[in-house]
Amino acid sequence: MTEPIITFEKVNKWYGNDFHVLRDIDLSVAKGERIVICGPSGSGKSTLIRCINRLEEHQQGTLKVDGVELTDDVKAVEQVRKEVGMVFQQFNLFPHLTVLENLTLAPMWVGKLPKKEAEERALQQLNRVRIAEQAGKYPLQLSGGQQQRVAIARALCLTPKIMLFDEPTSALDPEMIKEVLDVMTELAGQGITMLCVTHEMGFAKAVADRVIFMDQGQIVEENTPHEFFDNPKSDRTKDFLSKILGH
Amino acid sequence: MEHATFQPIAPRPAPVRTEGVGPWLKRNLFSNLPSTVATLLFVAMAVWWLPALFNWGLTQAVFAASADQCQAARGSGACWGVVTEKYRLILFGRFPYDEQWRALIATAVMVGMVVVSCVRLFWKPWLGLIWLVALAVFFGLMFGGFAGMEFVATDRWGGLPLTVLLATLSIVLAFPLSVAVALGRRSNMPAIKTVCVLYVELIRGVPLISVLFMASFMFPLFMPPGTSIDVLLRVLVGITLFQAAYMAETVRGGLQAIPKGQQEAADTLGLSYWQAQRKIILPQALAMVVPGIMNSFIAMFKDTSLVTIVSLYELTGAMSLALNSDSDWRPFKIEAYIFIAAIYFVFCFSMSRYSLWIEHRLSTSKNR
Repeated sequence: MTEPIITFEKVNKWYGNDFHVLRDIDLSVAKGERIVICGPSGSGKSTLIRCINRLEEHQQGTLKVDGVELTDDVKAVEQVRKEVGMVFQQFNLFPHLTVLENLTLAPMWVGKLPKKEAEERALQQLNRVRIAEQAGKYPLQLSGGQQQRVAIARALCLTPKIMLFDEPTSALDPEMIKEVLDVMTELAGQGITMLCVTHEMGFAKAVADRVIFMDQGQIVEENTPHEFFDNPKSDRTKDFLSKILGH
Repeated sequence: MEHATFQPIAPRPAPVRTEGVGPWLKRNLFSNLPSTVATLLFVAMAVWWLPALFNWGLTQAVFAASADQCQAARGSGACWGVVTEKYRLILFGRFPYDEQWRALIATAVMVGMVVVSCVRLFWKPWLGLIWLVALAVFFGLMFGGFAGMEFVATDRWGGLPLTVLLATLSIVLAFPLSVAVALGRRSNMPAIKTVCVLYVELIRGVPLISVLFMASFMFPLFMPPGTSIDVLLRVLVGITLFQAAYMAETVRGGLQAIPKGQQEAADTLGLSYWQAQRKIILPQALAMVVPGIMNSFIAMFKDTSLVTIVSLYELTGAMSLALNSDSDWRPFKIEAYIFIAAIYFVFCFSMSRYSLWIEHRLSTSKNR
């Protein structure tokens, strides 16, 4: 087996003094692997993936991303962020910039690409998420689903090796969830490493190599989607699945 | 169930409100008893006051620069003659009379530069260069001392040029300082944060007058003997430091209002702290606080009148000086005050309209 691209070793994190949000997390992610993380709210799943690009700092344990250990070292953080793209629940597009400017900003300022090249690359990615005709608009002129696809394209413009999705469809109207999931499914077929916090179990079944279930800051269970849904081992997992699949 | 096809209704324009003067008056001015009473009251006041004001200000007023005629008209008509007589002293203070054309051109250059800088078309890097040239022209004309122009020290500068200079420079200097302080107050670095908090809280705890006094009278006491810094410069620094502290809090308000996700998105994309502030956070935060910032600018323009207390005679000070030194005209201060009030109003109202235009421009392009 090749070297894993992400490894958590006994990673712990607290919010303040007494909220132990991540407890002894051990996890390794292989290159190209697609992982879906689910669990009740407050279980630490968002925090877990936000540690990977250091939007959150872990306090104990070792976390390595693509061979770089995440510490207080700014250079290491910089290097990791170059390899990791992220998509947020609330899109977090820059409302004062057009769609195209949202996409070219980082390639031009961080990647030092000339404007023309950055725009070419941006249009390529907008085509990939099937929204190139909206390049000149401002984010707030688009629907939620369109905005989220722009956000995915923005992350892809930096050609990341790893993509993190933090509940990408939770803020969307039901009619728009599919267009975003379709784009993500397509992306999953292209060999990029994906970690996705979501409750879209259909997506998990169709795309994931592995499903991870978290509760109270711990990884309770991890398995292939097939085994996870049809043959859950822990009572906690069964309980959770009955609640989200039962209605 | 029968098969039904969904037939969308094509959008239609909203109905245009068509009504005559009568219904409009009824709806807006006489809709109920309190509103009717208020309308009648205001009409009565207007009928009472406006003709009197018109008579006082125009038909009965004296425009000639004659103190005797003004005395005769006292109580019934305004004495605009005081403006005719004293306008050069009011506008240029103690600047040498024969050299006042220099002050006039200098002021025009400065005001012209400010107007040009407000136009988006000219927001180019070379604008900074032109500003340097304009400032050189301003100070060259004001100081003189070359090309046959008499040297005029800063203690003889006064009137509108001084007001415009103090207002423009303190705004131009205080604004970036306030942004820096606002960012500093939110910094993760304790030392920077502490300095910024102390600065804001200290300055806000004292009146502008005391800052000006310190700049003018106390500061020199701490300087090694023999060194001297021009009082105009000291006062300018005092005003700048004072106003920047207030504006910093306005800017900080804008920074607080930016959702955390914006910073996170910038971090995720690998933008550095300064790149994120410059490209993402500040453009949004500043756009949000345009009304507050313009409020500060307008206050700064008018607060320049306080420098009178440290013997710098800007517009208000020059007016007082002009009338107090002449017992014939001293009784007509009200008219002189109305004159300079009109000048202040032209400047402040322009700033206020510009602020509205900026707000409008910033909001129309971003939302549906």
